[in-house]
Amino acid sequence: MTTITVKGADIITAPAKEPMSAQQVWGLILIAPYLLVFFAFVLYPVGYGLWIARHPVSYVKLFDDPIFARSVLNTLAFLIIGINLKMVLALMLSGFFAQQRAWIRWLSVIFILPWAVPSIPTILSIRFMFNPEWGIVNHLIFSLTADDGPNWLNEPTLALSLAVLTHIWKSLPFWTLILLAGRLAISTDLYESASVDGATNWQKFRYITWPSMQTLYLTCTILSMIWTLGDFNSVYLLTGGGPADLTHVLATLGIRYLRLDEVDMSMAAIVCALPLVLPLVFFMMKRLSK
Amino acid sequence: MKLPALRTITTEAKLLLIGIPVLLWTMLPIYHLFLFAISPKESAFAGNFWPDHPTLHNFVVVFRQQHYFLSHFWLQLWNSLVIAVATGALTLLIATGAAFAISRVKVKGGRLVMNLALFTYFIPAAFLAVPMYRTMGLYGLLNTDWALIIAMVTIASPYAIWVLKQASDKLPYELDEAAVVDGASTLQLFRLVYIPLMMPSLVAVGTYALLLAWNEYLYAFLLLSKDTSITLPVALGNFLSADDSPWELLMTTGLIYSLPPAAIYYTFKRYMVSGLTAGAVKS
Repeated sequence: MTTITVKGADIITAPAKEPMSAQQVWGLILIAPYLLVFFAFVLYPVGYGLWIARHPVSYVKLFDDPIFARSVLNTLAFLIIGINLKMVLALMLSGFFAQQRAWIRWLSVIFILPWAVPSIPTILSIRFMFNPEWGIVNHLIFSLTADDGPNWLNEPTLALSLAVLTHIWKSLPFWTLILLAGRLAISTDLYESASVDGATNWQKFRYITWPSMQTLYLTCTILSMIWTLGDFNSVYLLTGGGPADLTHVLATLGIRYLRLDEVDMSMAAIVCALPLVLPLVFFMMKRLSK
Repeated sequence: MKLPALRTITTEAKLLLIGIPVLLWTMLPIYHLFLFAISPKESAFAGNFWPDHPTLHNFVVVFRQQHYFLSHFWLQLWNSLVIAVATGALTLLIATGAAFAISRVKVKGGRLVMNLALFTYFIPAAFLAVPMYRTMGLYGLLNTDWALIIAMVTIASPYAIWVLKQASDKLPYELDEAAVVDGASTLQLFRLVYIPLMMPSLVAVGTYALLLAWNEYLYAFLLLSKDTSITLPVALGNFLSADDSPWELLMTTGLIYSLPPAAIYYTFKRYMVSGLTAGAVKS
């Protein structure tokens, strides 16, 4: 008898303590598939990777490999030169596309193409354009100057610069569109009253456009850095890391070590990249969870 | 009267001075791709800007699979399609449930799951590739469609959940309350109220995941290796392994492969731009 009443009391009090318990159960069921994916295909691989990279000797080997140091430098060049160039261009072009003209609207539709098409065919197309013997670029150089053009993809500096330009070609439209949206959100009244006061275009940019866009610009730059760190295609499909492995970046280095069957070094290289990646990731997470 | 006209002309000229280089810069690699696709090999390799005899012969060779590199063209196209569609569907299934649980049910720990997902989204996918490759090997999934589908779902769903959560946070809670008063269960609320209201965002997210999987090269090339199981981008990459690659056929295949995502992008541009980019960097 007593047990029955206790059970009855439980049934009554349980929903009182958690009135949405049935809902919570459904919530858990609906979120479970993602948790499963997360644990099996993110957490486990990451843990496994860190486990592989646990031996200090892997890091000693890694730091002794001149290709590693070269890749770090290449990655930094990619980030510092490539991204700043890209974002400044995107900022300037967003001003261009903000002009109200029918032909500029059409141009903006075409301009987005590099972002809309898959990167592999276009990167391979660029690769052949710079082929030293048959590429269209060197044909053009020859017909203009009667001299042979440079061996583009066989000189480390030129090849890396081309990889940076390929990356910019691909992602410039996206960032221009984002910055354009930010620019169009600024009230036109501000510009009109500035015109009445006789402000120059530069003053309008300096005192109206830039102050309202600098936060967006910074966020875009950080996000672009994170994505560029993971840009495997622009380097791998254009140069393959060559010549002589001199154009690798951190994103392609892991695959290089995997191919050499040195998985521990592959993981160690990624672990070494974390001090660069994590601060950027935390910055973005703070921005987005606001 | 003359002065303003002159000023308009100079402004237009200045704009054209930016517009023309922008057009050339944008179109050159794409035009080059197209040029190769309609040129006989000799003409393409001679560096002509337009072939003397434009031809569709390359397309015939590709469609009839008349080259060693293309012997599985249709199968590889099919693989790309299956993997992209499956990734889109599975991502939608997983992300919609998770976003509903986090945003509407306010499931315990939902905030933590959202942060874990966001963290995953920001870790560059190339860094996860090698551990993912090893893990797939341990699970015995290497060289199956599932390996690539699951990998792409893993990469696509964090952003999908985040976009859907942002969108569902904006739905009025009165709707849920009214449905509950009318006696709707949580599942009915999900199916009959939530899903229909979220349609535009679901289209955007599904398209995002589908395009991500269709365009993926790195994971596809790590996880699949048999000629009959690889996707089209891996097949394109394999052209490079030969010294005398048939570049005109490679470019033709690449052009065919680029058309569906470009068409999808322009069709869903409205959804893509408003649904995907609005939240992404707005702060």
